Amino acid sequence: MTVESVFPQLEPLLPRVQKPIQYVGGELNSTVKDWDAATVRWALMYPDAYEVGLPNQGVMILYELLNERPDALAERTYAVWPDLEALMREHGIPQFTVDGHRPVGAFDVLGLSFATELGYTNMLTALDLAGIPLAAADRDESHPIVLAGGHAAFNPEPIAEFLDAAVLGDGEQAVGEITDVIAAWKAEGSPGGRDEVLLRLAKAGGVYVPRFYDVDYLPDGRIRRVVPNRPDVPHRVYKRTVMDLDEWPYPKQPLVPLAESVHERMSVEIFRGCTRGCRFCQAGMITRPVRERSITGIGEMVQAGLDATGFQEVGLLSLSSADHSEIAAVTKGLADRYEGTNTSLSLPSTRVDAFNVDLANELSRNGRRSGLTFAPEGGSERLRRVINKMVSREDLIRTVTTAYANGWRQVKLYFMCGLPTETDEDVLEIASMAHEVIRAGRAAAGTKDVRCTVSIGAFVPKPHTPFQWAGQTAPEVVDRRLKLLREAINADRSLGRAIGFRYHDGQPSIVEGLLSRGDRRVSAVIRRVWEDGGRFDGWSEHFSYERWMSAAAGVGVDVDWYTQRERGENEVLPWDHLDSGLDKEWLWTDWQDALSEQELDDCRWEPCYDCGVCPGMGTEIQIGPTGKTLLPLPTVRAALTPSG
Amino acid sequence: MRYAKRGRLRFTSHRDFARAFERALRRAAVPVAFSAGFSPHPKVSYVGAAPTGVASEAEYLELGLRERVDVDRLREALDASLPDGLDILELVEVVPGSGSLADRIDATSWRVELPGVTPAAAAAAVATFLAADHVEVERLTKDGRRLLDARGPVVSASASPADPDGACAILDLVVRQVTPTVRPDDVLAALRAVADLVPAGPPRATRLAQGRLDDRGRFADPLAPDRAGVIPADEAAGGPRPEQQAAPSVGTTSTG
Repeated sequence: MTVESVFPQLEPLLPRVQKPIQYVGGELNSTVKDWDAATVRWALMYPDAYEVGLPNQGVMILYELLNERPDALAERTYAVWPDLEALMREHGIPQFTVDGHRPVGAFDVLGLSFATELGYTNMLTALDLAGIPLAAADRDESHPIVLAGGHAAFNPEPIAEFLDAAVLGDGEQAVGEITDVIAAWKAEGSPGGRDEVLLRLAKAGGVYVPRFYDVDYLPDGRIRRVVPNRPDVPHRVYKRTVMDLDEWPYPKQPLVPLAESVHERMSVEIFRGCTRGCRFCQAGMITRPVRERSITGIGEMVQAGLDATGFQEVGLLSLSSADHSEIAAVTKGLADRYEGTNTSLSLPSTRVDAFNVDLANELSRNGRRSGLTFAPEGGSERLRRVINKMVSREDLIRTVTTAYANGWRQVKLYFMCGLPTETDEDVLEIASMAHEVIRAGRAAAGTKDVRCTVSIGAFVPKPHTPFQWAGQTAPEVVDRRLKLLREAINADRSLGRAIGFRYHDGQPSIVEGLLSRGDRRVSAVIRRVWEDGGRFDGWSEHFSYERWMSAAAGVGVDVDWYTQRERGENEVLPWDHLDSGLDKEWLWTDWQDALSEQELDDCRWEPCYDCGVCPGMGTEIQIGPTGKTLLPLPTVRAALTPSG
Repeated sequence: MRYAKRGRLRFTSHRDFARAFERALRRAAVPVAFSAGFSPHPKVSYVGAAPTGVASEAEYLELGLRERVDVDRLREALDASLPDGLDILELVEVVPGSGSLADRIDATSWRVELPGVTPAAAAAAVATFLAADHVEVERLTKDGRRLLDARGPVVSASASPADPDGACAILDLVVRQVTPTVRPDDVLAALRAVADLVPAGPPRATRLAQGRLDDRGRFADPLAPDRAGVIPADEAAGGPRPEQQAAPSVGTTSTG
């Protein structure tokens, strides 16, 4: 049965909402396939505003991969702002995709990519607008399978009530296998209904179906155990890992929005995974091992992507881009190739110790010289040993001095507040570090006109990291330390004037902490917040701490117990049955090492430190150098010049 | 060049278009000239862009190139590099000394569909509006509310049935481009003020033509002086080209 576009109903409402262009689709490189020709139809959602969701690489990759399959189609949907939500409710318009403007409820799968837990309320809005029951238990065969992916899916328990399934890890192969399972089940006439297809997905491996697992609790509220309630359902669900990134050069045809988005650039993932071992970093822990894209693979993706998009900036993405084994050859090769074309390069994540001025000069050769950002994360040497972010104050000062001496005038420094074992003194060292940066920068640049921005985020302990046992610092403590830090920065007026100070207060981090390490009992809080009007919790103008706290109190959830309580070694954690490959004993040892201020080397260059991922997952580190270089591109066609 | 903003892409703002156009220049490998300075920009100048949400068959821009190109191939390459709905319609090489594009445009022809308004009601409202010397309307700008006269710049206005049933009226407007610009929204606000005319749904406006008005109230094609390949003695004598005449089907592209 052909599904009609809702655009004719939507269109008259668009003049009444902010930025209507975000709802019309029609992006360069977007695809609308024939509904009836596809067997398995995916609606992919990034549960935040279009301007944030559109550039998301994960969604773009899966969108393109699925649409390449003749038997599948994929369309995209994003969170609608409250102004349109109200009009859609008034006029009975369901959640729609921006590609074909088809109702999300008509698809076979609604795949949600959660980069952050703060998108959970937006998921509920989308489900409700789509006419899909919020609770998975209330759905029937007519409803899409609601499937979560992304980093937050490594602990989907707080949203288990709303999910049919979750996939841990890389999605490239998983979406294909899920499509195969659903296609086969539909071809057989959908035997056994919804339960049967979910069971098949759970048995196939790599798909976690919460309803097939029961959680028992101890009298004190901790989890007693999590066990399958069906035979044939695996006790543990393992993350997915894609090997050899050169075989997955996606997105090949990146989407280019008409609306302005948060990243106006062509992004290439130059490697996946990180083994630096920063103990706070969930991304670095759950994406192991390191797998590099080769220099020639990067060159091909950049060329194809620029041709397909017309973007003026290339972002070389990864968790620590300067760590690529051939980063110097990559940046020089690309800068040579695009000399004279006003194409700039950026490395969004650069470590202080991996930075050098040659690299920086290559990055700015063909374009604007943008600001430099470094993330020492911890203010004191002691604290940096605790978090295993081993950059020294001397490294930092030397690096920023070089940058200032070479013409940079603006450096941004990123830190966290509320880290385990942190004291006021640790945080106040940020002020003296910033002062020294400005002093050294003025001397190196020969001018007083240098600036530095100190940007602070509150630390949130995350699952599958050594800090998963840590008590989160109370928001009052974070806020008081930030106030002391501000005073310390401004204590020297001359230096303080050159230092910008940006921070987020501690309250949103507590909510993020609740959602990160919560269990199934937290679902009730999310539902209550959403019913009370909670939307776009990642946006300070929409976020309400009071709404979250009163919802938690209303459903009897003790937020402090979930966030500020330190866990013991033998406690069953809500995500223990979800396997990221990291050995729990290794994580515990690393946590103990953190408390005794012991650092850890990087297994990329040093011997294996036995985190367990490679043997457990059958994977290995894949790095260069390949020794290859980027050859100049053939001279650009002269197709537009007049003939004769 | 003349370009169109059609169908659902009429919700493209001018800034959105400018970004998309710069990317199209890069995709099509156009040898565009850049401004000098720390942050070089392609040399593109726009003339009076239509508001967000308003379709147009007659937007104009000037583009500076580093070298001579084949204009037909350039038009095709640029059009292919833009999403469907942003369409490059005509492109001519500038004849040196032919004057600036901005000087060749002083008026716009708009066509507005008024859902749920009978042609008779529209005609009556238009007559009341035209009979007035001034009709002040209020417009919300980012600096707050401002008053402007929506009547003065209107050269002509007429209503006609959009379809045989007569369930929807079409309003044709010719408006002089003055500062502040009077847009179709302002005229609709004026019709509401003088005759209580309120469409049942959002009106859909399309810009059909821009140019200088000649003595008989017709539009001179802004590209004519360059298309001719010679500099006309009197620019205003260029005369309208056939495609500049409003075609009823234009601008009502279906969407979705």
